[in-house]
Amino acid sequence: MKPISLLMAELKEKGEKAFIAYITAGDPDLNSTVELVQALSEAGTDIIELGVPFSDPLADGPTNQKASERALKNGCNLGGIFEAVQEIRKRGIETPLVLFSYLNPIYKYGVERFAKRAKEVGIQSVLSVDLTPESFTNEEVKFKLACEREGIEPIFLLSPTSLKSRWKIIERESKSFIYYVSRTGTTGAKAEISDTLIEELKMVRKEVKKPLVVGFGISKVDQVKSLSPYCDGVIVGSALVKELEESRTFSIAKNKIFNLATHFKKALEKD
Amino acid sequence: MNPDSRGFYGNYGGAYIPETLYTPLEEVKKAFFFYKEDSDFQKELSYWQKEYVGRKTPLSYAKRLTEYLGGAKIYLKREDLTHTGAHKINNTLGQILLAQRMGKKRIIAETGAGQHGVAVATVCALFGLNCCIYMGEEDTLRQKLNVYRMKLLGAEVRTVTSGSRTLKDAINEAMRDWVTHVRESYYLLGSALGPDPYPQIVKEFQSIIGKEAKEQIIKLEGRLPDECVACVGGGSNAIGLFAPFIEDKNISLVGVEAGGQGIEENLHAARFSGGSLGIFQGTKTFILQDEFGQIKKTSSISAGLDYAGVGPEHCYLKEMGRARYTSVTDEEAMEGFSLLSRYEGILPALESSHAIAYLLREAPKRKKDELIICNLSGRGDKDVETAMSYQKGRTLNETD
Repeated sequence: MKPISLLMAELKEKGEKAFIAYITAGDPDLNSTVELVQALSEAGTDIIELGVPFSDPLADGPTNQKASERALKNGCNLGGIFEAVQEIRKRGIETPLVLFSYLNPIYKYGVERFAKRAKEVGIQSVLSVDLTPESFTNEEVKFKLACEREGIEPIFLLSPTSLKSRWKIIERESKSFIYYVSRTGTTGAKAEISDTLIEELKMVRKEVKKPLVVGFGISKVDQVKSLSPYCDGVIVGSALVKELEESRTFSIAKNKIFNLATHFKKALEKD
Repeated sequence: MNPDSRGFYGNYGGAYIPETLYTPLEEVKKAFFFYKEDSDFQKELSYWQKEYVGRKTPLSYAKRLTEYLGGAKIYLKREDLTHTGAHKINNTLGQILLAQRMGKKRIIAETGAGQHGVAVATVCALFGLNCCIYMGEEDTLRQKLNVYRMKLLGAEVRTVTSGSRTLKDAINEAMRDWVTHVRESYYLLGSALGPDPYPQIVKEFQSIIGKEAKEQIIKLEGRLPDECVACVGGGSNAIGLFAPFIEDKNISLVGVEAGGQGIEENLHAARFSGGSLGIFQGTKTFILQDEFGQIKKTSSISAGLDYAGVGPEHCYLKEMGRARYTSVTDEEAMEGFSLLSRYEGILPALESSHAIAYLLREAPKRKKDELIICNLSGRGDKDVETAMSYQKGRTLNETD
């Protein structure tokens, strides 16, 4: 399986934009996660982020918080997620996977053990939502080195409040792509994207060379369409997760998620 | 001791936060470092401490309690006598002056027992700032009076129904609000925890407790105490008392955690007895967590100590052997609550009652010429209802 940095380069070569889907692993259970990854992959999703459920997800809005709660209630943990990923790969699904996690579950698992196991089961990248490149101490350096050794690519966020002086640091440390946070706030669908987002993307684009993808609160086809020219990919999360919360049955949710992913991917294609 | 430039006390502390909060925390830190050395700021702070909070607070010799226990001589640092009735106001006053100078118009805060929330609402009323307080639903039920007090003071109180519906969930929600309204808002964190620079800010503004106590004990006894004791939730009243004594290596420093219904029962909030190292709400510290790194539900009769993490500097003081941490159960705390009421005519907060309970256990073992300073961090009026139903529950059990 290829690293995401390479996939992004290939997409760029072809003039394509990445559609990236986020779902919470284990929501409502890990078998469903395997099914959903398959559906997303069949819908043409380029990269899938699997959220690791956490008891105190302070960067998440209500939709993803509830997803985390559902997953934890059903006993989801990192060990189980790794097994589910093994199953995904066994089915021949090759879509690159990112683990999106708060640091504590990773630390408790052990940073070196985590990187080794992630590589073993076929995970490409990891994004720790409560880690910035500056907070590195012994344990974080160990984490970084372990990821490097295993070829797991770290991803960091860049936000509207990130000072220009730090953009280069984030670019250096973020290996797969730079994840631009579309607005200050938590994850979760919003009716409108920020007025200044496109200007911000243009500015960042001028300074950083790595692929730039944008996420947080993007939930609609027309939002994806309007952002497409200014970035290398778009991440949609809560809009998909919401279907799991609201649909009557899992198979209805899965169908809706498949359809949404198809539309989002299509919205990123050139007219 | 001071943390390193990134907020680490040895291996503890730091700032583990979503990227959006990186710059705002840097701004708070910059302002804090600047104004902490600014004489106008310090002058204004002293003015309000004296004229509004009512400092300095007495260091009272607890004569009858000392005689009853028959051991060490006990002094109480009377933070319960401050305006609003707890040490929390020391910190909120300092931080509100900082927020004002940073040009922030809206204040966000979390609260557990409600004492910090009341102290925030109070200074917001004093300076005419908008105030939004997050409080876990479970805490709003056990601290109804404080909810109403905050509203009277003009604050908006938002009930948090996510997670365990206590302090930690209120902090999550406050941080979500801050990350969303970060440009215009100031997050006024209430204890010596969370991401850097909060542990050092809170310590700075709470250290007045220890500074006064140190001067007072020298005046009263002609010498320094043998021991300082305080309850530890996040650990702000403890670090405030300990701060100026840390360098006096022969003074014993003791923090008392909430043993809840018992460490063995797994229903407690004693991070140093049942916890392990982790990253929680912005800081690397001792936390109560399960084998998968999920935060555990805590239990304590005192809402203010009912929290899964502890301030990072306390971890460092423990590791260095500079401070010692122990715990007392709900039952022992209630005994402290009753005893101080009867013997000294002081109703202590249930939080502070944990420190009193430690005295009941330890003071009798000490020599009569030993001096112990106990931080009476708050008054117990808010807890009368809890105490009443606790006693009632026990009487019912006994008659069963």
